[in-house]
Amino acid sequence: MREKQIDKLKDYKYGFTTDIENIRAPKGLSKEVIEFISKAKKEPKWMLDWRMKAFERLKNLKEPNWQKPKYPKIDYQDIYYYSAPKSTSTKPKNIDELDPKLLETYKKLGIPLQEQQRLNGIAVDAVFDSVSVATTFKDKLNEVGVIFCSISEAIQKHPELVKKYIGSVIPLTDHYFATLNSAVFTDGSFVYIPPGVRCPMELSTYFRINASQTGQFERTLIIADKGSYVSYLEGCTAPMRDENQLHAANVELVALDDAEIKYSTVQNWYPGDENGKGGIYNFVTKRGLCKGTNSKISWTQVETGSAITWKYPSCVLQGDNSIGEFYSIAITNNYQKADTGTKMIHLGKNTKSKIISKGISAGFSDMTYRGLVDISSKAKNSRNYTQCDSLLMGNKCGAHTVPYIKNKNPESNIAHEATTSKISEEQLYYCQQRGLNPEEAVGLIVNGFCKEVLQQLPMEFAVEAQKLVGISLEGSVG
Amino acid sequence: MEEQLKIDFEKLLENSNFSKKNAEIKRKNFDNFIEKGFPNRREENWKFSDLNQIISKNIKNLSFYNDLSKPNKIDQSIYIDGLEHNKLVFVNGRIEKIEFDYEEKNKIEILDDLVLEKSNNTTNSLLFLNNAFVSKYFKLIVKKNYSLQKPLVIYNITNKDLVSKNINLKVDIFLEENSSLKLIEFSNDKSTTNFININYNFNVQKNSILKNYKIDNNSNSNIKYCFNNISQDANSVSEIFLLSSGSEFIKNEINCNLNGKYSSAFVNGVFILNETKHHEIKTNINHIVENTKSYQLIKGVLEDTSKAVYQGKIFVDSKAQKTDGYQLSKAILLNDNTEFNAKPELEIYADDVKCSHGSASGSLNEDSIFYLMSRGLNYKEAKKLLINGFLLDVVEKITDSEIKNLIKNIMSLKQ
Repeated sequence: MREKQIDKLKDYKYGFTTDIENIRAPKGLSKEVIEFISKAKKEPKWMLDWRMKAFERLKNLKEPNWQKPKYPKIDYQDIYYYSAPKSTSTKPKNIDELDPKLLETYKKLGIPLQEQQRLNGIAVDAVFDSVSVATTFKDKLNEVGVIFCSISEAIQKHPELVKKYIGSVIPLTDHYFATLNSAVFTDGSFVYIPPGVRCPMELSTYFRINASQTGQFERTLIIADKGSYVSYLEGCTAPMRDENQLHAANVELVALDDAEIKYSTVQNWYPGDENGKGGIYNFVTKRGLCKGTNSKISWTQVETGSAITWKYPSCVLQGDNSIGEFYSIAITNNYQKADTGTKMIHLGKNTKSKIISKGISAGFSDMTYRGLVDISSKAKNSRNYTQCDSLLMGNKCGAHTVPYIKNKNPESNIAHEATTSKISEEQLYYCQQRGLNPEEAVGLIVNGFCKEVLQQLPMEFAVEAQKLVGISLEGSVG
Repeated sequence: MEEQLKIDFEKLLENSNFSKKNAEIKRKNFDNFIEKGFPNRREENWKFSDLNQIISKNIKNLSFYNDLSKPNKIDQSIYIDGLEHNKLVFVNGRIEKIEFDYEEKNKIEILDDLVLEKSNNTTNSLLFLNNAFVSKYFKLIVKKNYSLQKPLVIYNITNKDLVSKNINLKVDIFLEENSSLKLIEFSNDKSTTNFININYNFNVQKNSILKNYKIDNNSNSNIKYCFNNISQDANSVSEIFLLSSGSEFIKNEINCNLNGKYSSAFVNGVFILNETKHHEIKTNINHIVENTKSYQLIKGVLEDTSKAVYQGKIFVDSKAQKTDGYQLSKAILLNDNTEFNAKPELEIYADDVKCSHGSASGSLNEDSIFYLMSRGLNYKEAKKLLINGFLLDVVEKITDSEIKNLIKNIMSLKQ
C-alpha cells in the first residue's frame, strides 16, 4: 500500500498531505457559517453585511451549465467552507514563530518561507487552506509604500481601499460561483501599489489545499495606482485524494492611469489519477479592469492541473488606449477536462487586445478554448488579434474552439485564427534521428509549440513551467 | 399567441384530410411546439438572434392557418430571364406549378402525400412547428444515373394577399446513386410581415452531386427561417451558395452530415445588408468518417443599422481521421451602427486532421481607397470597386458558369 502511494507520488510530487490540527467551520453553507468565517477573521460589520448580501443573492441564482465539461452535482452542504491550521489562530508575528510543520510543507513544495533562504527577491504570501500563514519581505516592500498582505489583514488595516475596490470588477451579482465566493471567501492576497512606484520585486502567492472535504475560496485584489507597475505570480497545489474538491476563487485587478499589472499563474492542482478519480474542480473568476487611460493588464497562465478547469481571465478595457493581453497554455491528460479562454471587452477608444492560446490534449481528455471579443460601438479604432492553436495526441481526446466575436464598430479591426494539428511524423523522426528518445522529442516539440506563451513568464517560473509541461504529458506518447 | 395556435391547429385538422397516422404525428409535434415556443436568446443557437423577440416586434397578430383551397395567380414576370430551367412554383405556400419540360420522363418522381417521420430526434422547435402546420409534404426523387439537363428553380412567391401569416414548407430531395441536380431557390415577396418557415431535407447518395443556390434578394418585411439538412454518402459533393440580402430577417441553418468516405461539402455565402436587416447563417458540418472535406467562406457588407451573424461549426468524430476542414468569415462594416457577430467553432476528436478557421471584421481599407482615388476614381466609385472585389471572391467559387453569371447579374457585379 505504502509502496503504491510512493509510486503514485512520482506522478504528482505535490500529492502529500501535511498532518496538522485544523479548526473548521461547521459543515455546509448557512448564515451561521458565514458569521463564523467573518468572526474568525475579525472582520468589521460592513464586510459581514456584504457577505450576507451575496448570500441572499445566491439563493436566487442557479449554477451555469453551458460549459463543455459536465460534472456530477456538487452538494454545497457537504463542504467545509473554512479550515485553518490550529497554530495560526493567533497569527504569528514573524516567520520563526510559525508551526514547523507548515514551514516543512512549504519547503517540500519548494517555497522556503525564511527570507535568508531565498535566492532571489520574490515576496511570497502563503495561503494554506483558508488562511494566509505567512507573507515574506514585508518590510522591504513597506519602504516603497507597497502594501502586500493577506486580504483579511487588509480588511482590518486598510478598509478604505478594500471597501472602494472589492466587488468593483466582479460585482456581487455576477454568476453563481463568483457570488458564492463573495459570501464565503476566506483568504487571499491584497496588493496596493502607490502612484508612480515600480514594485521592486515579484510578488507571489502560493495556494495550498491540505484538508479534505474542504473548498478553497480565495479572494485576491490587486490595485495598481497611477503610473505604477507590478508583476504578480500565483502557484497552487493540493494533495492526492479520491474526492473532488472545489476551488472557487475570485481575482480582481484594477489598473488606474498609466499603470500596468502582469499576472501569471502556474496552476498545478491535483488532476486526479489516471482513471479520472479525484482531483480539484478549478472554477475561478478572474477579471481585470483597465480603468485609467494607457493602462495595461496582462494575464499569463499555464494550466496543467485540476480535474476540471473552468475559467476565463478577462480584461475590461474601459480607459482609452488601454491594453489587454492573454497568454495561455492549457494541457490536459488522462481524464482531465478544461474549458478555458478569455474575454476582452473593449469599451474605450484605441484599446488593443491580444490573445494567444495554446491547447494540448492527450489521453482521454477534453479541451475547449472559449473566448469572447466584444467591441462596443464607442470603442473607436480598437484592435484585437486572436490566435488559438490546439495540438492533439491520440484519437481518444478532444480539442474544441468556441470563439465569440462581436463587432459593433466599423473603425475597429478584429482578426481571429485557429488551427488544430498533431505532432507530425517528420518532426518526430527528425528529433529521434538526432538521438532523442520519443518522449524527449515530444517534449521538445511541445515546448516549441508553447514558446510564445512561456516567454511571457518571469524567468524562474518559465523554467518551472517548462518542466511541468514535460511532466504533464509523460506517458502520453506511444 | 398560444390560443391562436390552438384555434388554428384545430381549423387545419378540420379542413384538411390528413391520414390518421399523420394527424397523430402532427398533434405530437404541435404539443412539442406549444411546450417550447419560439426560440429565444437563452438557447445557444439563437444567442445572437432572438427570434421570439423579432417576431413579436415585427409581426402583429400572427396567425397560423392558411386556406389553400383556392389557386393563386402566378406573376410570370418574376421568372428568371435568360436561363432555361425547370420550375416548381409555390405561391403563398401553395404549390401552383410543377414543370419539368427539359427532362426525360420517369427519371424524376414527385410524391406529395407522405407520412411524416414519427420521431426525428430534434429539439428544434421550429421543426415542430413546421411538422405540425405543413399542409403538404413533398418529395422529389432523381433516379439513378440521371443528371438533370437544366437547373431546377423552386420559386417561393408571396403576394399582397398574405399578411401576418405563418407559412410552412417541407421538401425532401433524394438524389439516387450517380445522379446530379442543380437547384436554385428563388424567393420573391410582395407580402408584408409574415413568418416563413422552410425545411429542406437532402439525401445525396453515392457519387451524386448537389448544387444548391439560395437567392434572397428582393427587399421585403418578412421573417424567415430555412433549415437545410443534408446527408451525404461516399464520393458525393454538395455545393451551397447563399445570397442573403432581401428579407428583414432570415436565418439559414445548414446541417450537413458527411457520412461517406471522400464526400465533400462547400458552403459559400454573402451578406449584403442595409437598413434594419438582420441576417444569420448557421452551419454545422459533421465529419463522421475518414477522408472527408469541407470548405466554408462567408463574407458580408453591412450598411445603416444592419446586423449579420455567422455561426459555423466543424465537428470531427474520433473516427474521422484525415479530415480537411476550413472556415473563413469576413465582414466590412460601413456605418457606426452596424454589427457583425461571429462564432466559428471547432469540435475535434480525431488527431490526424487539418482544421482551421479564421474571422476578421473591420472597415474598408483607407489606403486602397486612396490608391484608387489617386488614379482618378471618385470616392463612391472607389468604395464600390473595393466592395465588389471583396464579394466577387465568394461568387467566383460557384462552379456552374451559367449560374455564376446569373448571380453576378443579380448582384450587379461586373468583371
